[in-house]
Amino acid sequence: MNMVVCIKQVPGTTEIKIDPETNTLVREGVQSIINPFDCYALEEAVRLRERCGGKVIAISMGPPQAEEALRETISLGADEAILLSDRALAGSDTWATSYVLSRAMAKIVDYDVIICGRQTLDGDTGQVGPGLSEMLGIPFVAYVSTVEEIRDGYIRVQRMVEEGYETIEMALPAVITVVKEINVPRLPSLRGSMKAKAAQIPVWTAADIGADGDKAGLAGSPTRVVKVFFPKRTHKSEMLQGSLDEQLDQLVQKLEEIV
Amino acid sequence: MEYFLTEQQKLIKSLARRIAEERILPVRAELDEKEEFPWAIVKDMANSDLFRIFIPEQYEGLGEGSFALCIAIEELSRACCAVALTYAADALGTVPILLYGNDEQKQKYLPAIADGAKLTAFGLTESAAGSDAAAIKTTATRDGDDYIINGTKQFITNGGEAEIYTVIVLTDPSRGSRGASAFIVEKGTPGFTFGKKEQKMGIRASATRELVFHNCRVPKDNLVGREGLGFVVTMKTLDSSRPGVGALSVGLAQGALEAAVAYARQREQFGQPISAIQAVQHMLANMAMELEAARTLVYAAAKTIDSGAKDFTEEGAMAKVFATDMAMKVTTDALQVFGGVGYMRDYPMEKMMRDAKINQIYEGTNQVLRNVIALELLKRKALRE
Repeated sequence: MNMVVCIKQVPGTTEIKIDPETNTLVREGVQSIINPFDCYALEEAVRLRERCGGKVIAISMGPPQAEEALRETISLGADEAILLSDRALAGSDTWATSYVLSRAMAKIVDYDVIICGRQTLDGDTGQVGPGLSEMLGIPFVAYVSTVEEIRDGYIRVQRMVEEGYETIEMALPAVITVVKEINVPRLPSLRGSMKAKAAQIPVWTAADIGADGDKAGLAGSPTRVVKVFFPKRTHKSEMLQGSLDEQLDQLVQKLEEIV
Repeated sequence: MEYFLTEQQKLIKSLARRIAEERILPVRAELDEKEEFPWAIVKDMANSDLFRIFIPEQYEGLGEGSFALCIAIEELSRACCAVALTYAADALGTVPILLYGNDEQKQKYLPAIADGAKLTAFGLTESAAGSDAAAIKTTATRDGDDYIINGTKQFITNGGEAEIYTVIVLTDPSRGSRGASAFIVEKGTPGFTFGKKEQKMGIRASATRELVFHNCRVPKDNLVGREGLGFVVTMKTLDSSRPGVGALSVGLAQGALEAAVAYARQREQFGQPISAIQAVQHMLANMAMELEAARTLVYAAAKTIDSGAKDFTEEGAMAKVFATDMAMKVTTDALQVFGGVGYMRDYPMEKMMRDAKINQIYEGTNQVLRNVIALELLKRKALRE
């Protein structure tokens, strides 16, 4: 059973700053981490390998420094890592990213399950997992919280929906995205860390995966971010006057107006 | 202080610290309160390869020595001495097999220990044999290809939780300490059960239990070394493990000092943080100096062992005594910096002080070890004359 885990290197902070001039994220001085949801995806892949053998391949599209995040995946149990890095791929939106990843999968050939985090910390769209499955023409389930059973050509998962849980069976190969309830990711191992240090991480370019230039990068991205901004915060306060009973009456009246 | 750690040692240090901060710190108070064995953390340590550190590479280990082990123990103990002891005691139980086990025994047990799948324990102490270890009464009698063990071991760290026990018993009671032998006994062997689980002042997350042997039959293949070697195995094992107890104490004191410094900066009295008061500053300075001196001694003893020295009884004893006395003093003073709240269970200081005490007692009381150090000194002088 071969698992491919798609990861993204994201700024490791909850205090995102936006450059008001360029409308882009300020990345200087911010430590990069593996997108936390992807860590659950990686852990699940490693656990599936421990359950039924095979290998775990981590893959990421990003600038050269994303290699660092891929190295970390090896310390956490991935067998191999691949970096998709090319100027032609820069500026890809979720559509183009899904396309590029689907080309990479075509080069990997031998995969059974593709696992992604439910969404990224910075983009927050949750679109690449489903996009990838569409491009590959294989089944997809989002928000997986348990992999109940997996064997040749078959997987049964439980996914979280608002009202509860659904159990879904699919044919393999397939794509799943996972939620944080699925597991508790392990810490790196010493042997893994040593392996990670020595690992050769191949870099695949657009040409390597036969990606069509019109479909990748900025050129292949139908989405345009026009503006990124913090919403203006406004709040009004009003002190109610009178006795407690009068204040209560006023409060109820005001609430009724809103509802 | 710069200790010139290798890349691998730095990796071990940072990973042990991560486990300590992310997995131990959030639960240490609860484990202490409930006297609960830290199985989940043991599993984390196993997944991170911490149990491989001191095992040779041919047995699935990392082939690092005593120094790297001490670094890991220290980092774990900085968060919780009891959890760190569980780890250190596993190394203690493994040393007899490492030093005196034959190839079959090493092949059979070391990979499972390295993997963290099986914990180990060392069984020496009995109710009538503490410092006077030669007074043990547990016996092993030869019966065909087996030995039959009878007796009770007391205060055994990791007792009941470990799978592999190295126990010291008498195969020839008439020869006293020269009639002692070491055996590997696996949990689940008929006739081997666990007795009283001790309720302790400190290190409450660590398991301390009696091992009860009643006509327990073990194959002769489980004899470590040969008959009559039990005491040599014991002494060499403890010589090797004592820097580890020093490391437990260094880590514990480091945690206490850091807490005291942080609290002194934040606690205000007389309109200023108490860290501005010279009396407090001097306490902190003394704690820091003594701690660093102990750390240096522990590291030096561990490196002496790693250098392949034949005899390191004195170094091990010095590191253990100095570091454990230091930790008792530093945890006491750190609590003093906290004042009244330090005495309350809401803060970790009282736990640290409770945890420190046992280190002056086990693996050779600090009094017996002073005898050992003095004896080595006097022996050397006598040899020169």
